[in-house]
Amino acid sequence: MASLELSTLVADPSAIDQPYELDSPLKKRRIRLRWGRGTILIIAAAYFILPFYAGMEYSLQRPTGGFSLTPLSQIASAPGFGAALWLSTQLAVITMLGVMVLMVPTVIYVHLRLPRFRRVMEVITTLPIIIPPIAYSVGVLESAPAWLRNSQYLLAVVYVILAMPYVYRSLDSGLGAIDVKTLVEASRSLGSSWLMTIWRVLVPNLRAALMSASVLTLALVFGEFTIANVDNWQTVPVWIYLAPTDNPRINTLVAMIALLATALVLILIVSLDRSQSRKSRRAQ
Amino acid sequence: MTALSNLDSSASPSGVAGPDATSKSGTAGALVRKIRTGAPVVPFLAYVILVLGVPTGTIVAFAFRSNTGGFTWSNIHTILGTTPLTEQYRAGFENSLKLAVVTAVIPGILGTVIAYAISTSEHPAFKRIVSATSGVLAQFGGVNLAFMFIAAFAATNGLITGWLNSIGLDPWNHGWSLYKFWGVAFVYMYFQIPLMVLIITPAFAGLRPAWREAAENLGASRWRFWRHVGVPVLTPAILGSMFLLFGSGFSAYATAEALTGGTISITPIQIGAILQGNVIAGEQNVAYALAFAMIVILLVSVVIYAYLRKRTSRWLL
Amino acid sequence: MTLATDTAVLPSADASLPTGAPVVFDNLTRRFGTTTALDRFSLTIAPGELIALLGPSGCGKTTALRVLAGFERPDVGRILVDDKDVSSVPAQRRNMGMVFQSYSLFPNMSARDNVAFGLQLRHQRSAPRRLRASELLDLVGLSEHVSKYPHQLSGGQQQRVALARALAIEPRVLLLDEPLSALDAKVRAELRDQIRAIQQRLAITTVFVTHDQEEAMSMADRVCVMSRGHLEQVDTPAVLYSQPATAFVGQFVGVSSRLPVTRRGANVDALGRDVPIRGDLAGLPTGDLEALLRPEDLDVRVNPGGLGVVSHRSFFGATTRITVGLGGATLKIDVRSSEADELALGTRVDVSVTARDVLVTTPQPVS
Repeated sequence: MASLELSTLVADPSAIDQPYELDSPLKKRRIRLRWGRGTILIIAAAYFILPFYAGMEYSLQRPTGGFSLTPLSQIASAPGFGAALWLSTQLAVITMLGVMVLMVPTVIYVHLRLPRFRRVMEVITTLPIIIPPIAYSVGVLESAPAWLRNSQYLLAVVYVILAMPYVYRSLDSGLGAIDVKTLVEASRSLGSSWLMTIWRVLVPNLRAALMSASVLTLALVFGEFTIANVDNWQTVPVWIYLAPTDNPRINTLVAMIALLATALVLILIVSLDRSQSRKSRRAQ
Repeated sequence: MTALSNLDSSASPSGVAGPDATSKSGTAGALVRKIRTGAPVVPFLAYVILVLGVPTGTIVAFAFRSNTGGFTWSNIHTILGTTPLTEQYRAGFENSLKLAVVTAVIPGILGTVIAYAISTSEHPAFKRIVSATSGVLAQFGGVNLAFMFIAAFAATNGLITGWLNSIGLDPWNHGWSLYKFWGVAFVYMYFQIPLMVLIITPAFAGLRPAWREAAENLGASRWRFWRHVGVPVLTPAILGSMFLLFGSGFSAYATAEALTGGTISITPIQIGAILQGNVIAGEQNVAYALAFAMIVILLVSVVIYAYLRKRTSRWLL
Repeated sequence: MTLATDTAVLPSADASLPTGAPVVFDNLTRRFGTTTALDRFSLTIAPGELIALLGPSGCGKTTALRVLAGFERPDVGRILVDDKDVSSVPAQRRNMGMVFQSYSLFPNMSARDNVAFGLQLRHQRSAPRRLRASELLDLVGLSEHVSKYPHQLSGGQQQRVALARALAIEPRVLLLDEPLSALDAKVRAELRDQIRAIQQRLAITTVFVTHDQEEAMSMADRVCVMSRGHLEQVDTPAVLYSQPATAFVGQFVGVSSRLPVTRRGANVDALGRDVPIRGDLAGLPTGDLEALLRPEDLDVRVNPGGLGVVSHRSFFGATTRITVGLGGATLKIDVRSSEADELALGTRVDVSVTARDVLVTTPQPVS
């Protein structure tokens, strides 16, 4: 459920506006405020940074003392990691393709011809967030057809649904930022076919939205634990949890790398989104 | 491509085709047109119905299904835990709700305080950094977060445990455990607090400077402004956000599972245990009932959140 | 939207005792980084006077108001109210009522509670302050809306509540920061009159910031024209209009046309007629000169051999504004609409200057 607000934030260029605080004539009060604020933020920073540092230190520590980077190279040879990575990658690619093929034409069409349906889509794409994955998997495991039930690709089918909220919001805000109707009409009036219009006119303008949607899907698939674990498939997160390795720090190291990767990914999305909104603002 | 050619008809916002498309007459024609207009979204709808609707429907149906296939309330009775045998499910709900409330209220308050501290800052760059960081941290969770905290707070060789010990503090000795309720709650804060900051910061930005100045002009001190205007205006937003946090804390599975090895007694873990085969014979349907109950609780909290969100936007955004 | 006639409602309608306080801006300077918002700005306001601070955006008028209110601190200079230096008094304690541009009503309070807020802060009891709030809302014509919340009120209604709220604390100085800018033209005109009427009844010293010269000229006792932090001219509207002291004022207030003229001693040759130069001859620029002329300072007549050509006509009801191109200059002349029929586009005309004296200035660079 956390994801709902995050995906909305992704759609929203920046939640920060001008400060509401007052230019108070009393300097003393300003300084007092600054100290109080500073204390709060330092404590907060400590709570969030220290465990991160601890995790890194633990995973890179040598049992005999000191640090080394060799655990990094040991990851590749850790038993089961390669298979887990391969499985996660496959699932990520399939999910990304699936969700894009499903959502992109639909969202474009709705923007162009069925604006009233947007409301319905908003509601529908919020459902995967209301239904907790653990509860959802109960229904999935029961109602999935046998051939899918026994396959690891069932996860991809399900992940498409989990990714839907983010992808929809990304595409929706991306389309909202460009004047779709005008671009399409201009392109059509110049003689372009529908496919060409989508491919050569709309998609390039949606690049940032598409990128952030893809990246979010990627992060989601690589981070999804609940359904994979319950269905007993060893994706990377499940591997981290279950795989026995001779060096338990390896598991933690992979977890830390995953966290770092998530952080990088999200920062990438935020900066992508800002450059896109700057571009469309300039064009107007 | 008939579907795409739909797009060419005089593009009016209501989706009604222009005069050139009235080749078919009357209501039959109108119906055909409607179907043609709606056709392109069918794949999407079909997928959602199949992959989301059917499983959910299954949960609802099977929650009330007896072992012989007929309708029954017994599954619901079971999860309400009235007998010693089934008490674990009730305990599971209680713990889940307690966990969700604790990790909604405390991060709610802390997140609001942090958001306040941010909003009074004069450096836009700083605000952007904190906002981006919150966005990132709110997405941390599950296995990765659990392992990070184990590395930091484990009883014997947890790094931060060591630091605390060296200054004389030892939470483990005082009954705290990373792998029990308050440990799990502590870990949940890591993503709940940033989530709160993320949701509530726009509300602070929505406080207009004119209100503050008008209050000051009329003679209000900072405290009186917050008491009479600031806090009342922000309350629906803060409450609403806490409901969102409640839902997040209630439905979380991965973090608790990875942290406690599935030993903590909360509803998501119990469902997971049944699905993975650790089940009392004949109690398969309990999983459906548990899942159904979770969905109902989530639904209620989302509805309340949506209502409070609407109240907020009336005044603030 | 009628005004209450019950004078008991109003603080002190005793004509011999103005409730407004005299206000003095004394040599105010305020810089923001590299921009100077106020540059040695000084102004004295008489008690009970409505003075408008008029100028384009960035001229410092809002800064001056906020310094007076206590929301900004000047780098140099001070504020005197009632002959007392209030520069170091925090905004909270200055007891000046302020009306902001928009959306300043507290959204969580009804109109009545908004108005009563200042009284609540002063520890008035609930019943008397609710009564007083209702009286004030009655004064601004909103007696049917006392229980409504701001989001249920229109822009004009909100501003009237804001005015009542500012008046509730019985201030001796009233500050208005472009209160009508966010409203529709029609609402603006109605509120303009209402604010002026209330202000005169209560005789509160009022400082009114606006960029709309029509607003300033029609409401104020005196208008202070500002530009880039400086005071350009402060005078009654009539004097400001007919005798602009600087080219900026001449062009900002009312409509002016620019006409190249040649100097002849204490006069200039304006379209063949010698017209005295207004103001101090000593400070005159040397070199080329242009005269600033109002539409009513010019006369136009049809002449097939004339040098001017009618290029544009604007109908304003009783008058018609004729734009004439003459030798590179563009002149705007007002004529009675009944006489404008023969002045069709393209007609050749003669233009003459009828002003008693003219303001001259350096020519504007051609853009």
